[in-house]
Amino acid sequence: MSSATDLKSHPRLAIRELERGPRTAESVDAFLAEHEFPIVEGSTVTFVWRGDAHAVNLRHWVFGMPSTQPFRRLSRTDLWYLILEMPESSRVEYKIEIVRGPLHQLVEDPLNERRARDPFGANSVFHTTGYRVPDWTREDPEARPGRLEELEVESATLERAMPVTLYYPARFRKARTYPLLVVHDGPDYLEYSGLKTVLDNLIHRLEIPGLIAALVHSDHRLVEYANHAPHARFVAEELVPRLEKDLPLAGNPAGRCLMGASFGAVAAFSTAVRYPNFFGRLLLQSGSFAFSDTGFHERGPAFDPVVEFMNTWRDDPVPVANRVYVSCGTYESLIYENRSLIPLLQETGMQVKYAEARDGHNWENWRDRLREGLSWLYPGPLWMVYE
Amino acid sequence: MTVATLPAAVTFASPSAPDRPVFLLGPQRIKTTLGRVLKDAGIDGDIASVTAGWQEREDEVEELQAQLRGRGVSLRLHSRGDEVFREDRDLAKVHHERQVVLQTMQRTYDVRLRHTMAAIAELERRPGPAEILAADREDAMQALRDLDARHLERVQAIHEEWAPRLRLGERPAVQRHRKELEKTLAGVSALAISGGHVAVLLNRLRLFDVLGSLPAGVPVVGWSGGAIVLTERVVFYHDSPPQGPGNAEVFEIGLGVARNVVALPHATRRLSLDDTERVSRFARRFAPAASVVLDDGGVLSIDGDRWTADAAIRRLEADGTVKGMSR
Repeated sequence: MSSATDLKSHPRLAIRELERGPRTAESVDAFLAEHEFPIVEGSTVTFVWRGDAHAVNLRHWVFGMPSTQPFRRLSRTDLWYLILEMPESSRVEYKIEIVRGPLHQLVEDPLNERRARDPFGANSVFHTTGYRVPDWTREDPEARPGRLEELEVESATLERAMPVTLYYPARFRKARTYPLLVVHDGPDYLEYSGLKTVLDNLIHRLEIPGLIAALVHSDHRLVEYANHAPHARFVAEELVPRLEKDLPLAGNPAGRCLMGASFGAVAAFSTAVRYPNFFGRLLLQSGSFAFSDTGFHERGPAFDPVVEFMNTWRDDPVPVANRVYVSCGTYESLIYENRSLIPLLQETGMQVKYAEARDGHNWENWRDRLREGLSWLYPGPLWMVYE
Repeated sequence: MTVATLPAAVTFASPSAPDRPVFLLGPQRIKTTLGRVLKDAGIDGDIASVTAGWQEREDEVEELQAQLRGRGVSLRLHSRGDEVFREDRDLAKVHHERQVVLQTMQRTYDVRLRHTMAAIAELERRPGPAEILAADREDAMQALRDLDARHLERVQAIHEEWAPRLRLGERPAVQRHRKELEKTLAGVSALAISGGHVAVLLNRLRLFDVLGSLPAGVPVVGWSGGAIVLTERVVFYHDSPPQGPGNAEVFEIGLGVARNVVALPHATRRLSLDDTERVSRFARRFAPAASVVLDDGGVLSIDGDRWTADAAIRRLEADGTVKGMSR
């Protein structure tokens, strides 16, 4: 991604018409009415903000480029703009920073209705040519809905009752056996990645089999998801045995999958390492798999146990599951850690599938990879079933 | 046992009238046409229903019974199969061993199919003198047809080779159910076969020789996967699966009640019908059989050599288009 606000470059962009015109309030009004923003023209994206300010900046989380990109004011107008070059099939979340004297205000782009939500609020979103919101992420009226059920699992190891949300597939039958998907940060996957809709759709399309998902919650995730022995014990020795006792689950390694994103991926992987081959499938998204060749790192104290765990595993990689799906956005700071993990996973003999996308560390990136990941870990009866 | 006998060349070229009226229907969940088809055909009396493709949900027939106006007599082939395999462990073992052989063969066929399809696609894209490329392209297509035909020949050979070990005609557990079914089928006015898991459905229909026990002339209605098993060859397809290249694959020999048809239920959902290259490739691959789109509620009636298709029935054409059909 590079900035190209220079007037001489990209002479055919839509913004150039406005630059060449009379630059009146009316012409700006007309320009704003004529376009959707940001304007995506091939690989070029033009951001626009209108108003009085001392400065306007684009704020984003694309790793490897300055996270603040200044807008330029179109002289004799109150219109600010920024032109960026982005590769095709990119999806980027951003905010606009308005600077007025000492005040710096971060706002969602008022000219762009597209939003992505996360636990911290919402961001504006743009994407370049080639990216489309996958149709299987949208509610499909033909798809039979699964159902959610709240559960509390008393945990001796964590010394509290752990809330768990269970997902049952549509047409759940006790006479069948189902794989179990244990999802870290379950409520966030439901809320921000549309996990229930995704599961409903993929099961309806026969791309994955009917499965039961246990969506686990943690109010202390930075501790409990960072290679935390009590958390791993809770999952492997309390939660899964209870569910396998009460529900028609396959009850074997191939029928158990751990899943998570960011620190949740660390929780999934470290639990699998502590209980090797108890879980046959892993789905790890943008894992915070920080490591250090020197023993020193700059990611903050929350990462200390992660770095220690990853350093130890990387020194002596051992197989922990049969199949591992790993994904990461190329605009994430964690891309190096995730890329470098793949050959280590592969050399243990585990089956590994790795996917990258031009996206960041966010819930919609994780949503968009679920079809590929889940259908690889648990292929559905797509070819055989015609109802 | 009524397994359609394939000619050695497996071309399906010669039209051959079935000995009973056949109705191939599209999926019935969104748009139901089963009741209307039975009514229009003047079919009264009990109707034998097969829902074995639904597997453990076989008995959940309330909606189907409503469409059959309460006249459905469930043959319970899935649960009968489970009973047989529980009772005759040797049969279960032999059956499983044969399935493993067939599955292994299917995977090796897939390897060859992948490369053959890739060659066809590459030749179609390759620039060059038309007079040279046309012959190469046709040869590549013929190689694909030969591969499909050879695969079905081998599948047939496996069925024949394993028949003496399966000894279905001699096993008491199987015979008891076959006699019950024969008695039931003697009194019905039609056989209705739902979709679902096609391999399971086909296996159960063969295990109990349902078509062989159905009196001549009694109409058969199959929808979705039930339509697929009634044709001469079972073809699976999906142009954009989440894994793999999406090559349609020949899977098995069908029951052969509907001839010269490749049934494509859910085609609009599974196939890229606006992709003229893929449509053309599909149509030419299985020609002269008609590759027929069975969309929701579509009805294709086959009576002798007369086909009647409603507006929802379309056909993949060699020129890459998808056109309505009637014949």
